[in-house]
Amino acid sequence: MNPLLTLSVSEALEGLKSKKFSSVELAQAFIDRMAETRHLNAYITETPELALEMAKASDARYQKGEALPLDGIPTGIKDLFCTDGVKTTAGSNILGNFIPPYESTVSQNLIDAGAVTLGKLNLDEFAMGSANTTSAYGNVINPWRATTDTPDTQRVPGGSSGGSAAAVAARSAMIATGTDTGGSIRQPASLCGITGIKPTYGRCSRWGIVAFASSLDQAGPFGQNVEDCARMLDVMSSYDPKDSTSAKIQKPDFLGSLNQSVKGLKVGVPKEYQMDGMPDEINNLWQQGIEWLKSEGAEIVDISLPHTKYALPSYYIIAPAEASSNLARYDGVRYGVRKEGTNLQDMYELTRAEGFGDEVKRRIMIGTYVLSAGYYDAYYVKAQKIRRLISNDFRDAYEKVDVILTPTAPSDAFEIGENEDDPVKMYLNDVFTVTVNLAGLPGISVPVGLSKRGLPLGLQLIGKPWDEATLLNTAQTLEKCANFTARSYSDLAKAA
Amino acid sequence: MSIDRATTEKVATLARLRLQEDQKDAYTEKLNGIMNWIEQLQAVDTDGVEPLSKVHDIDTPVREDQITDGGIQDKVLSNAPETLEGFFGVPKIIE
Repeated sequence: MNPLLTLSVSEALEGLKSKKFSSVELAQAFIDRMAETRHLNAYITETPELALEMAKASDARYQKGEALPLDGIPTGIKDLFCTDGVKTTAGSNILGNFIPPYESTVSQNLIDAGAVTLGKLNLDEFAMGSANTTSAYGNVINPWRATTDTPDTQRVPGGSSGGSAAAVAARSAMIATGTDTGGSIRQPASLCGITGIKPTYGRCSRWGIVAFASSLDQAGPFGQNVEDCARMLDVMSSYDPKDSTSAKIQKPDFLGSLNQSVKGLKVGVPKEYQMDGMPDEINNLWQQGIEWLKSEGAEIVDISLPHTKYALPSYYIIAPAEASSNLARYDGVRYGVRKEGTNLQDMYELTRAEGFGDEVKRRIMIGTYVLSAGYYDAYYVKAQKIRRLISNDFRDAYEKVDVILTPTAPSDAFEIGENEDDPVKMYLNDVFTVTVNLAGLPGISVPVGLSKRGLPLGLQLIGKPWDEATLLNTAQTLEKCANFTARSYSDLAKAA
Repeated sequence: MSIDRATTEKVATLARLRLQEDQKDAYTEKLNGIMNWIEQLQAVDTDGVEPLSKVHDIDTPVREDQITDGGIQDKVLSNAPETLEGFFGVPKIIE
């Protein structure tokens, strides 16, 4: 295993600057790793030639002493971000031939910072899923194996950003972009033993990201550690006039906010996140997290977020409602796949029936139903009112605390095929993460331990709006205390 | 409220999704399961609560009403399944 693959972003930047290795050498190591780990199906489209071209330009900048903040860092892009001239599928057949003639703002920000893009990462279709089993391009396989597994047992990486999380864990990307509508960054980060942050709604531009639920969608970074995520978020964040919900506010220096003491920090522990039937090991890890922060001088405060149990069902009204509207654009006329019919209506219906998978169709139908005449007030407006109550719960809590600590997900990585019989069972994966999207808050998942069967588990920290700085610093404190050094591959463990 | 087969058919038409006859019962069952689970929301007292559609109290920025883009007809049409003399092509809709 090439030792370049195990480097953190900070170590890689240091090595590039001191000419220990070049951007081209680094890119080639990751291109080889992409090929070597192809069985994980993390990438939908690999772009090695583009990566090498970008790496050459990066080396030229290092030669001139003009290096950029992420210069030469091999980066994977979730296939939900439109990339100029590179196929962008959103994990769907309906966009199977779509080549955007423009670049999303977030991926452009990364390119402008010198990142070397490796390709487009697999995901649940239109980011709808929690196991990366709804992609039209096949399941992504989690690089982690349980100690109890038979050789052919394959586990999910979580979803919807399953390809991004699996790639960073397997080191076929040093860092990767994700998007999070109900937990799609934090849950896969937990299941793959890496770090992922969903910033405050409005921190990163949504322009050029294939839309799922526009009031909830937010882009964010995946990295091997908190510092890598901070470096990446510094670059991904920006005010963008092309996204009317992008926030025109001062961005703090996220990297510079790390390595601070958490002495006196008030950490809230919400009693409602103690769910019936939650495995003891997750509870124990949560308690361990509380002890770690306490030992670093933080003050633990018991809090209540009384409407927590209603977050998930409210989400499953609001998100499908917005999705049914957003996905109306796939009509076989302007882009994407068309299935010819006898007339226009027939063409629409056949195109959409053929182009969308089952889970996407179900959500479009739920959304259409709750927005239809006679049900709008009973479902959609009701859910928006409950969204207000959930947001108020957090507002009240943040009068007493600075951050909130919870588990990220209710289980470790489950087997491919589990939870598929009943959609609601799959939805429950997001029970701890979805509240954060409804309230527009920032949240981060940090790997802190292994389950009994040897699979990674994460803890989630939830921050005040726009306070990713405190969130990242607290996450880094957890990371230091947990000292989580396990890696998905034994060869990686040896090299590390 | 439960979803029956006729409701499934109606919603599918509204959403412009063609369902095969043999898919309709399966969709009805799954949609029913989801809606029954969602039904628990009716127990929440929301009297006098303002619906939330925008999470942060940040004003939407305004800009000068100036053209900042355009003149890219070829790019706009580059992914179209059918084009006709610089337009999107669709099946005939007027006899």
